[in-house]
Amino acid sequence: MPKITYIEHNGTEHEVDVPEGWSVMEGAVKNMIPGIDADCGGACACATCHVYVDDAWREKTGTAEGMETSMLDFAEDVEENSRLSCQITVTPELDGLIVRMPRSQH
Amino acid sequence: MSETIVIIGAGQAGGQAAETLRREGFAGDIVLVGEEPHIPYQRPPLSKKFMAGEMPLERVYFKPPEFFETEQVELKLNIPATRIDRERKIVTLCGGEELAYGKLLIATGARVRTLDIPGADLSGVHYLRTIADVEGIQENFAEGAKLVVVGGGYIGLEVAAVAVKRGIDVTVLEVEPRVLQRVTTPEMSAFFEQVHTEEGVKIRCGTGVTAFEGGGKLEAVVTSTGERLPADFAVIGIGIVPNVDLAEEAGLAIDNGIVVDEQGQTSDPYIYAAGDCTNFPCVPVGRRIRLESVQNALDQAKAAAAAMAGTPKPYTQVPWFWSDQYNLKLQMAGLNQGYDEAVLRGDPGARRFSTFYLKKGAVIAVDAVNSPPDYMVGRELIAARAEVPPETLGDLEVSMKEIRQKYT
Repeated sequence: MPKITYIEHNGTEHEVDVPEGWSVMEGAVKNMIPGIDADCGGACACATCHVYVDDAWREKTGTAEGMETSMLDFAEDVEENSRLSCQITVTPELDGLIVRMPRSQH
Repeated sequence: MSETIVIIGAGQAGGQAAETLRREGFAGDIVLVGEEPHIPYQRPPLSKKFMAGEMPLERVYFKPPEFFETEQVELKLNIPATRIDRERKIVTLCGGEELAYGKLLIATGARVRTLDIPGADLSGVHYLRTIADVEGIQENFAEGAKLVVVGGGYIGLEVAAVAVKRGIDVTVLEVEPRVLQRVTTPEMSAFFEQVHTEEGVKIRCGTGVTAFEGGGKLEAVVTSTGERLPADFAVIGIGIVPNVDLAEEAGLAIDNGIVVDEQGQTSDPYIYAAGDCTNFPCVPVGRRIRLESVQNALDQAKAAAAAMAGTPKPYTQVPWFWSDQYNLKLQMAGLNQGYDEAVLRGDPGARRFSTFYLKKGAVIAVDAVNSPPDYMVGRELIAARAEVPPETLGDLEVSMKEIRQKYT
């Protein structure tokens, strides 16, 4: 199972196994990692699962498209490596992925 | 001394409350009681991806099964609570088991509104609220099967969208003159009627149901206009009723839901309530309401759990909702009741537009179709009670970013 490292805004790291086919958001929410709310459950409807993808992984995760881009446009503290984690599907290529959380999801 | 918190109702509010209690540092016992056999699960996908077979059960679960072990949340599933004794602070379960509580959270949600007409108990007549309901409906999914959906609300239209994509012959009956009448404008209703019609769904408005017919299994649906529509199965989506019986029998204040304050506290200081079953003061809307939505279930559960853990964080969020039908994402924020002006932004023909609702000049709600900026900025405008001129809201030459900058 791919391992993903989630780093909270305060620097706390969480490394967890996330099943293939799940989203990066689900990996956090279902392992009780704080910092990602994802109230809509991954429907790209709430923009509360914002993460920063580690630069080394940006090519593999791809970039935001369509709905996700326009949701991100209005999130707080958006950077070039911002993604909505509900829109990144976990694949074997993402084993080792590192994402960081923003200051707040609201 | 640590105390026990009992949560009645293992839906999303119940599951969220358990999580928040632990996150807020509550170290006592947590007992989560649910009448369904499942651990807490997400309801929104039931009429969307889960029904379409695009989301397996383990992803529908709100938390994985291990969560309840790790966080030491004791589960009592497949068993309804039957009584709350406020004197002795005891919840009685079906079968007689008694659970003592220091504090109690009632998160009993809602049940479907039923149609009390001849034949409603025939096999093939379904409602949609639970995983078991979806599994029952899916057994009828076969190409060419005939489905009659009773009710042109969000649930009915989402079911229609999933079913027609499976090659099912779908007819939606709506008793009102238009679909989504209770929640949106005539223009938005017309848009959804047109999209469904283009996808092959037959929509009949102003048409109720008077009977279901069949010998043991459903064969036809009889309409108020006197037609007899052949049907292999039917799905009824005509709303839900809050589960307030336990609270009412315990003598708690009830008024279209269990009456709570911004912290989710009921008229008994040791008892809180959250989710579809509550009537609460909605801060951004400025009045008491009862809401049927996952946002409300989660945010209110967080507030109630924080208060129960001794770290209050009142519930003040702007209500928001969404619906997925075909490739349309409808995102809604605020409540439009009492609006005096509706402003269209964008072009329904391009399937990308929104409706802003104004009351005395202030933005109170927005319905956005495939238009996240309108929805995202709309939420902020509603929270700020911003007064934006209608001609500005309707002008695509003025970007939502500019509107946000100027009016929030």
